[in-house]
Amino acid sequence: MRNIVFEFKEGLLIAFRALRANKIRSALTMLGIFIGITVVVLMSTAIKGIDNSFQKGISALGSDVLYISKWQWFSNDDWWTMRNRKNIDMAEFEKFKNLAKLPLAIAPTTNSRRTVKYKDRRVESVFLNGSTSEYVKTTNFTFEHGRFYSDIESNSSRHVAIIGSEIAKSLFPRGDAMDKTIKIGGVNFKIIGVLSEQGSVILGPFNPDNQVFIPIGTIFKNFESRHGRTITINVRAINPGMVAETKDEAEGIMRKVRGLRHNEVNDFSINQQEALMDQYNSVVGVIQIAGLFITGLSLFVGAIGIMNIMFVSVRERTREIGIRKAIGAKRRTILIQFLLESSTICLIGGTIGLLAAVILSMVVNQFIPTSVQVDVVIIALVVSLMTGVLAGIAPAYMAAKLDPVEALRYE
Amino acid sequence: MNIINIEHISKVYHLGIEEVHALRDISLRIDKNEYLAIMGPSGSGKSTLMNMLGCLDTPTSGIYDFNGQSVSTMSDNELAKIRNKEIGFVFQTFNLLPRSDALHNVELPLVYAGLPYAERRERAKQTLIDVGLGDRIHHKPNELSGGQRQRVAIARALVSNPSIILADEPTGNLDSKIGEEIMQLFEEIHSKGNTIILVTHEEYIAEHAARIIRLKDGLVEKDEIGSRGNIQKPKVATE
Ligand SMILES: Nc1ncnc2c1ncn2[C@@H]1O[C@H](COP(=O)(O)OP(=O)(O)OP(=O)(O)O)[C@@H](O)[C@H]1O
Ligand SMILES: [Mg+2]
Repeated sequence: MRNIVFEFKEGLLIAFRALRANKIRSALTMLGIFIGITVVVLMSTAIKGIDNSFQKGISALGSDVLYISKWQWFSNDDWWTMRNRKNIDMAEFEKFKNLAKLPLAIAPTTNSRRTVKYKDRRVESVFLNGSTSEYVKTTNFTFEHGRFYSDIESNSSRHVAIIGSEIAKSLFPRGDAMDKTIKIGGVNFKIIGVLSEQGSVILGPFNPDNQVFIPIGTIFKNFESRHGRTITINVRAINPGMVAETKDEAEGIMRKVRGLRHNEVNDFSINQQEALMDQYNSVVGVIQIAGLFITGLSLFVGAIGIMNIMFVSVRERTREIGIRKAIGAKRRTILIQFLLESSTICLIGGTIGLLAAVILSMVVNQFIPTSVQVDVVIIALVVSLMTGVLAGIAPAYMAAKLDPVEALRYE
Repeated sequence: MNIINIEHISKVYHLGIEEVHALRDISLRIDKNEYLAIMGPSGSGKSTLMNMLGCLDTPTSGIYDFNGQSVSTMSDNELAKIRNKEIGFVFQTFNLLPRSDALHNVELPLVYAGLPYAERRERAKQTLIDVGLGDRIHHKPNELSGGQRQRVAIARALVSNPSIILADEPTGNLDSKIGEEIMQLFEEIHSKGNTIILVTHEEYIAEHAARIIRLKDGLVEKDEIGSRGNIQKPKVATE
């Protein structure tokens, strides 16, 4: 046991001496592993960063909100079957609302895309969300200014609007949006509320920051026909623990509203954030595997470089190995010595790569949100160490099993 | 008590289809505190025999007992241990580690023996002083003369107090004056009770030994008491 400790120390000493003796070669070898580790860390950091902001954005949808819709999200079911389903209309929504006991809030939603203008400023193709006053209770919206539209305002289809923070920034750079009259699709609306920044940039038009909220009646009156258009019923459970029960109740009520017999299948879908999550996870899974493969490849190339150099090193130092064996070095001793040498190269290269990646991701952070996690640091170091050991095994084994007489004779 | 007892040893090298019989049938007994010289023409198998005696190589057939232990059946690790503790090897070409200073070169066998830092440093230093290099301990091999290098190599062979010192043409790369100094050193080492076996081409070097074995074509041709022979009877096991 004590011997192993000494051999370890001696091995490290030899490793550093060998690295110093061949500075340029060592540096070039390290470059391979340096690039590999930098890429690995950057990649996982970027994935992590995108993931984080997506998680944030998706949680804005609310894990306790159900979306009763004609369409099922991310379904592999036949598109035609869903297309042929009956549209959900306002009458059904009213029936549903009267029967449902469990939900915290129920709101019908529909949407449209229109250009929004204020004087000479404009935003094209803005996502218009139409709903009732209860809609705000199905969200976690916070307000920069003003309020959501009231029951009376939504029932009487007033021309009032609440705008997302990005829309507000585009139309009112000076932040004086309140009570201004804007044109949505050529129709005048009065701004009664401005949302504070809600979610992440990733979700694009589905991010409330880029949306405008108006009473559902005004959408039907001005922009979309009531017929041939389906609405979505947003249902929020009292708390996340009640989601399952709320969903069961909602399904029962919808079947009743639709007059389905017990042997008929649902002609509607109840969607949850989960479905989106699953879909997202499988996409991210593919990205991660692809990323891992690419980065793994660059590490592999680095490892081959190290293996090559280690073979050269063993050949060059054949005589030295012979000498060491002649004075009592065991196979194990030689094996440890060369493994230490290759792992030292990799660990140094990997550490530098890690530092470079951290610095780079700080720079990138200015554009896309990234985050370097402790586990990434540990993984990077472990991976570089493992690369060193794996790349070193074949050359070290070759060195260890050299015949001492042959090795001493080597010129 | 024999330190070394070899019986009917042979060594065959295979070069493609050709077989080289480096050693044919050699039997030898070597006592504690003997001073033995091995002589013979080039290619007669001297180095092969030395490597065998030094546990660097194993025989193709025959028996080798070292201090009563059977070397012929030992594993690689056991051989390494014997080389480390029981045998001190001195080579014609010194075979020092070029990047290490004299002290570290001498210390190395003790590193492999697992001695603590302070103790092995101290012993290595003392051994260097003993061979007359007390003022050169931090010199690298390329900063030393040939004779000094061989002294470092001898110190390395001595440092772990081995049972025998093996020297394969230790003066072969040195001029005769320096060679004579090195032989003087071996003489001293022998007088302290060490067993020494050395290979040489020079009769005057062999003169130092008490017993001379002459090899020819992988066989012992002659086993004789040297001119300074002070042992009663050569131990010859050949019939
Ligand atoms: N590894 C080997 N492969 C093949 N043949 C070998 C090998 N080592 C030694 N021999 C052969 O064995 C014979 C004895 O070699 P050895 O080195 O023991 O001679 P030697 O007596 O030491 O000679 P010298 O005085 O020149 O050093 C030689 O014929 C040599 O060619
Ligand atoms: Mg020879």
